[in-house]
Amino acid sequence: INAEYMGTPSECLFFFEMTLKALVSIKRVIDYTVKVRVRPDKLGVIKDNVKHSCNPFDEIAVEQAVRMKEKKLVGEIVAVSIGGPKSVEVLRGSALALGVDRAIHVKLPTDNDDVESLAVAKILHKIAEKEKPDVILTGKQAIDDDSCAVPQMLAGLLGWSQATFISELEVSGKTAKICRETDAGMQRLEVSLPSVISCDLRLNEPRYAKLPEIMKAKKKPLQEITADSLGVSTQPKIQILEVADPPTRAAGRKVKTVEELITKLKTEAKVI
Amino acid sequence: MKVARSLLGKALVVVEHNNAKVSPATLAAVTAASKLGEVTALVAGKGSKSVVDEISKIQGIAKVLAVDSAEYEHGLPENFAPLVKKVQDENKFTHIVAAHTTFGKGVLPRAAALLDTQSVSDVIGVKDENTFLRSTYAGNALASVKSSQALNILSVRPTSFDKAAQGGSASVAQVAATGESGLTKWLADEVDTSGKPDLTSARVVVSGGRGLKAPENFKLLYSLADKIGNCAVGATRAVVDAGFVSNDLQVGQTGKIVAPELYIAVGLSGAIQHLAGMKDSKVIACINTDPEAPIFSISDYGLEGDLFDAVPKLIAGL
Repeated sequence: INAEYMGTPSECLFFFEMTLKALVSIKRVIDYTVKVRVRPDKLGVIKDNVKHSCNPFDEIAVEQAVRMKEKKLVGEIVAVSIGGPKSVEVLRGSALALGVDRAIHVKLPTDNDDVESLAVAKILHKIAEKEKPDVILTGKQAIDDDSCAVPQMLAGLLGWSQATFISELEVSGKTAKICRETDAGMQRLEVSLPSVISCDLRLNEPRYAKLPEIMKAKKKPLQEITADSLGVSTQPKIQILEVADPPTRAAGRKVKTVEELITKLKTEAKVI
Repeated sequence: MKVARSLLGKALVVVEHNNAKVSPATLAAVTAASKLGEVTALVAGKGSKSVVDEISKIQGIAKVLAVDSAEYEHGLPENFAPLVKKVQDENKFTHIVAAHTTFGKGVLPRAAALLDTQSVSDVIGVKDENTFLRSTYAGNALASVKSSQALNILSVRPTSFDKAAQGGSASVAQVAATGESGLTKWLADEVDTSGKPDLTSARVVVSGGRGLKAPENFKLLYSLADKIGNCAVGATRAVVDAGFVSNDLQVGQTGKIVAPELYIAVGLSGAIQHLAGMKDSKVIACINTDPEAPIFSISDYGLEGDLFDAVPKLIAGL
């Protein structure tokens, strides 16, 4: 709680009643710069000693919640992450250190454990029932699994509106006006609150954590729970049979001139 | 194409359309669905009779379920998902399929949650009724997965399946509307109506990256596209972020996935996330001043050169 604008107890209550509560869901994933390699046993990808970070789209979600708090639209931000022990790093470094008030770690046994999107949505559903947020913000997809399903599933379970792939967000009272990126261009919607919001690239540019905030983050509340304690099973419904490298393309060649390129495209590749 | 009688499945394809025409991506979903069993198409829209007519004439479609009501006009998932659930509860399909597009991504997972089903996204191959191939890690790890669920909900990558052809004759039945959810109000669609070839189905794609340096230089690529014909223009995330072009041109892991006959990469280095969106193109050519740019390693033909010199020469020489 920022004491500067809190004022008297009744002003406090007024503040919390007038502001929204945001729940932000973030995921620890292999960093986007890493060249991912399939494991020799072909049951997954190599994760040991590989750089991990907060899913980039989730960083955008955190940034959006923090900006809304700075504008006094949001009063409290709670971050949640479902993952192994090291997920604490993204909760502290990419959420608490940026202005999120407290965090919930739904701890999986190891950092190699995965949970399917429906189970993730069910976990977040249970947390939302308890926390009663007005907005749930998360990235549009996780760059590891690329499922692009959790926000939509969560909205379905909650019976809430969904605002997916958003690039603009304007909250006012009981609704939010959004602009979202679609295959054909842009779409504008007005969604009722509470809402599940998934963030796309151009919504904002996330800030970097500053040292004082990183230090403060160590003292902010971080609660550890399990999926079991929420009554949600993480038993997969889909079995991974094999994970394979994509087909490799045969090595190409350099051409020296535009003329040579045109000739090759016409006579060799026969695509022009 | 005959539906194999040995397939016991019943697949529902949720048709994507603009109330006038069936979206080409849906035709790829029909092909995928045909590998699973008898195919029924669900068309929900407003004033969408021409869509019903069109889909009923597509090969592989046995039946069409249609509903025409205001709440379905703009493809809002809040209105579509309950409809899909109701149709599923009444018909007990074994599979529900749609294309992995903005529409499919919005509707299918929400319907899956209502049906307590773990959906499978971005399917690039169907091995059998329970076994699918899907893309993860920006296409760098392809996962073969097996489901034990009685119902499977799949969003399929349009470039991975041929578009179903015309030549069918399906029966059409009306279904009841499920009503307006009242959760979300459509305000506007801001789309490109210039009639340029669609990025995901054009035979050739020319894409530009940071090497273009300024928005007006994209004119060069549009001229090249015009010269080639049936050629769409794409872009990297960097230039979309910089405002050179609109977001619907973005090719990449979280933009569009394209697989044209020919992809010409101009002034773009080939970041992992961009490659994810185009590495399945049949032939790849690139023009870049940096010989070390990753794009060269996946190009069939690489021209180390200045695009401002090479592209005009290409336009003149074709």
